[in-house]
Amino acid sequence: MDIQIRPILIALRRHKAGTLLIALQIALTLAIVCNAFFIIHQRLANLSQASGVDEADVFVIANYWADVNRSTEQIDAQVRADLIALRQLPSVLDTTPASGYPLRGGGWDNFITMTPDQVKPTTDAAVYSGDEHFIDTLGLNLVAGRNFRPDEILAMGTQQAITPSTAIVSKALAERLFPDGHALGKSFYAMGTTPSTIIGIVDPLHRQGVDSWSNSYAGQALIWPLRADDSKGIYYIVRARPGQLAAAMREAPKALFAQSRMRIIDPKDGIQSYAEIRHRVYNSDRGMVILMGVISVVLLAITAAGIVGLTSFWVGQRRKQIGVRRALGARQRDILSYFLTENLLITGGGVLLGLLLAFGMNLWLMLRFASQPMPMAYLIVGVLLLLVLGQGAVLAPALKASRVPPVEATRSV
Amino acid sequence: MFAYYFQLGLRSLRRNPALTALMVMAIGVGVAASMTTYSVFRAVSGNPIPDKSTRLFTPQIDAWGPQQNLRGGEPAEALGYVDAMALMRSHEAKRKTLLYPVQLSVIPQGNRDLPLNASGYAVTSDFFAMFEVPFRYGSGWSEQDDAARTADVVISDELDQKLFGGADSVGQTLNLGGHDYRIVGVASHWNPRPRFYDLFSTSGFADEPDIYMVFNRALDLQMRTGGRNSCRGSLSFTTWQEYLQSNCVWITPWVELGSSAEVAGYRRFLTNYAAEQQHAGRFNWAPNVRLRDVMQWMDHEQVVPPESRISLAVALGFFVICLVNTIGLLLAKFMRRAGEIGVRRALGATRGEIYAQYLIEAGTVGLAGGLVGLLLTAVGVGGVGVLFRPEIAKLARLDPSLVALTFAVAVVATVMAAFYPAWRAAHVQPAWQLKSS
Repeated sequence: MDIQIRPILIALRRHKAGTLLIALQIALTLAIVCNAFFIIHQRLANLSQASGVDEADVFVIANYWADVNRSTEQIDAQVRADLIALRQLPSVLDTTPASGYPLRGGGWDNFITMTPDQVKPTTDAAVYSGDEHFIDTLGLNLVAGRNFRPDEILAMGTQQAITPSTAIVSKALAERLFPDGHALGKSFYAMGTTPSTIIGIVDPLHRQGVDSWSNSYAGQALIWPLRADDSKGIYYIVRARPGQLAAAMREAPKALFAQSRMRIIDPKDGIQSYAEIRHRVYNSDRGMVILMGVISVVLLAITAAGIVGLTSFWVGQRRKQIGVRRALGARQRDILSYFLTENLLITGGGVLLGLLLAFGMNLWLMLRFASQPMPMAYLIVGVLLLLVLGQGAVLAPALKASRVPPVEATRSV
Repeated sequence: MFAYYFQLGLRSLRRNPALTALMVMAIGVGVAASMTTYSVFRAVSGNPIPDKSTRLFTPQIDAWGPQQNLRGGEPAEALGYVDAMALMRSHEAKRKTLLYPVQLSVIPQGNRDLPLNASGYAVTSDFFAMFEVPFRYGSGWSEQDDAARTADVVISDELDQKLFGGADSVGQTLNLGGHDYRIVGVASHWNPRPRFYDLFSTSGFADEPDIYMVFNRALDLQMRTGGRNSCRGSLSFTTWQEYLQSNCVWITPWVELGSSAEVAGYRRFLTNYAAEQQHAGRFNWAPNVRLRDVMQWMDHEQVVPPESRISLAVALGFFVICLVNTIGLLLAKFMRRAGEIGVRRALGATRGEIYAQYLIEAGTVGLAGGLVGLLLTAVGVGGVGVLFRPEIAKLARLDPSLVALTFAVAVVATVMAAFYPAWRAAHVQPAWQLKSS
């Protein structure tokens, strides 16, 4: 089987417009689909980030205080009473007071320095506050050191900058501050005048934020032994007994209101399971995956259908020439391979232009939105995909062409 | 003639139905993707206060210094207490306000109901006039009330509805967080989006605030911000007074300036103020100030989510591909009738008539595509919540202007795509077609 490229090229010159249109469509499709796949890949990576929390059994209560006139001592007494009430519930395994929680979508973070007078921070850490139940409630994995002791927990009032002398840090933060691997027992400064000593290391522990700004400090977080007795309100993170999440989420607010009615727990989103928290915080990532996926699929379908349409038209136009070739001894497979080769040439030209466009679009995303550079693998997969798509799309019209009988040569259109 | 060609166009939709259906679907899907993403983009990038946006400015003063300030040497996006008060004392601007978010609760009278959340802003008297807050009942408060630190509040329509059944509640007392306040005004529905006046603490798309209280009163009550607070260096404050004197920023200032001379004057004033602070030794760096108007501020704070821009760009690219596809298919559709065109031309039809006929035919395809596009846009706008936060998703609406735009874009784009195929059709050789080919 010898395929003559030259006759195909000469024939294509008679169909400049159609050839260009198909090639252009292939090029644009390649550009968008490559970038869409890359966006999907990046967003899926976000979606699958581990929070470190045992998400199946944990939920969070956002508790606002109705009365702003209370002293830190009064608030602290109320918080401790609330914690006792929650821990007594049969469906509750453990609970901790907190100023924020992983995947909250932003919150408290502090710069970290190695000395008190260092101006340019070494890094930035998400700050969690909790008592000695924080680690167990979230189900964090303590890989080194120890948990807080009850006597280490301090009460922190509204707008007070209190720096505890101990801290538990995430492995990512420990490695960032002490790359030699001996972080336990060492100290750092987190915007305080006094240092905090690392007494424990957990791994992993996600930050509160999931935006690109926060991602540049991925997984760097610290826990301070504080009850955040803020006049505004407090979070209670609660761990239900296995399989009793729904019951615990029903009972917890009742127990709190039985303690005191001077509080607000929003009926709409005041209590969220971790499934809801994760769903909410990654909403736009998931949306991008769905949107880019749908656009890619529809785009490939439309491009394929367009190729089918135009090629069918060409076959219809050339019935007579095909008949002549068949009458002169061309076999069906010769006709078939003619059209397949023709499409391969057009698609090949299209993907060459498409590579440039794909690269340009990626550049725009990089400059405008600080996106990552696209790995070559996406381009290679995209090119192969479109070559296969083109061959698949042209197959039906090409088969139709190969079945044109030689007698067509004698007919007038 | 137009009507006749339009009929022909409608009839030709039934000719090679597969090809036509493909075109109509492609146009419909392309238009719908573009319109859906555009409806969101329009909502998040619009001017929230069009008649005044060039006269409202938010001043920034660098109180952190070049070592600590934001990327690119930008000053912090809000002020601390010390600088905010200094701006408030000056008389450089026609109107000025300071604001910060507060989170309170409505304590019910009697002990039957549970408290309600009431979030809003601590603001000064000029706030209402500067931002054109409409009132249903009553009004804001006066400058004297600012100075007297009165316990006045303006509440939202919605809160008035909840508490007083929508009646005129001016003069009524409201217990917020354990303190009594007097209601002086009820604002009609007012929630400009993006919320240009508070981009420091919100993404710009929060629910309508419930209350506005006197700024100085909030300070007296040591009411901490319900929004963002950002600090630098070592922090050691344990009392409210110490916190106020710290470098933490949490207050957003706004000024209204009439003329460009006033703007230049205010810029000078800011620079001079920063220079004074430098001489006094509070700042040990050169003055670094900014004065941005509403649109510049929204741009600086990147109010438009990146997803909105990216999805709009991808949808437009998608639409272009659909149009390229349509050009090819129209070419096939028209050239199949080369014989017919040749006969018409030989019988005296001008090229112009051929153009008209085929462009109108393309227009009918566009119209059909617009119909499909409209249906899909309705579905798309309903499904915007998949991609955007609920507070943004509900901004995307299928209003009459979007419906009209959907049709216009579909028809115009298709007719433009038809120019080349129609040109080819109009240039079919009459003589050649009459030969028996």
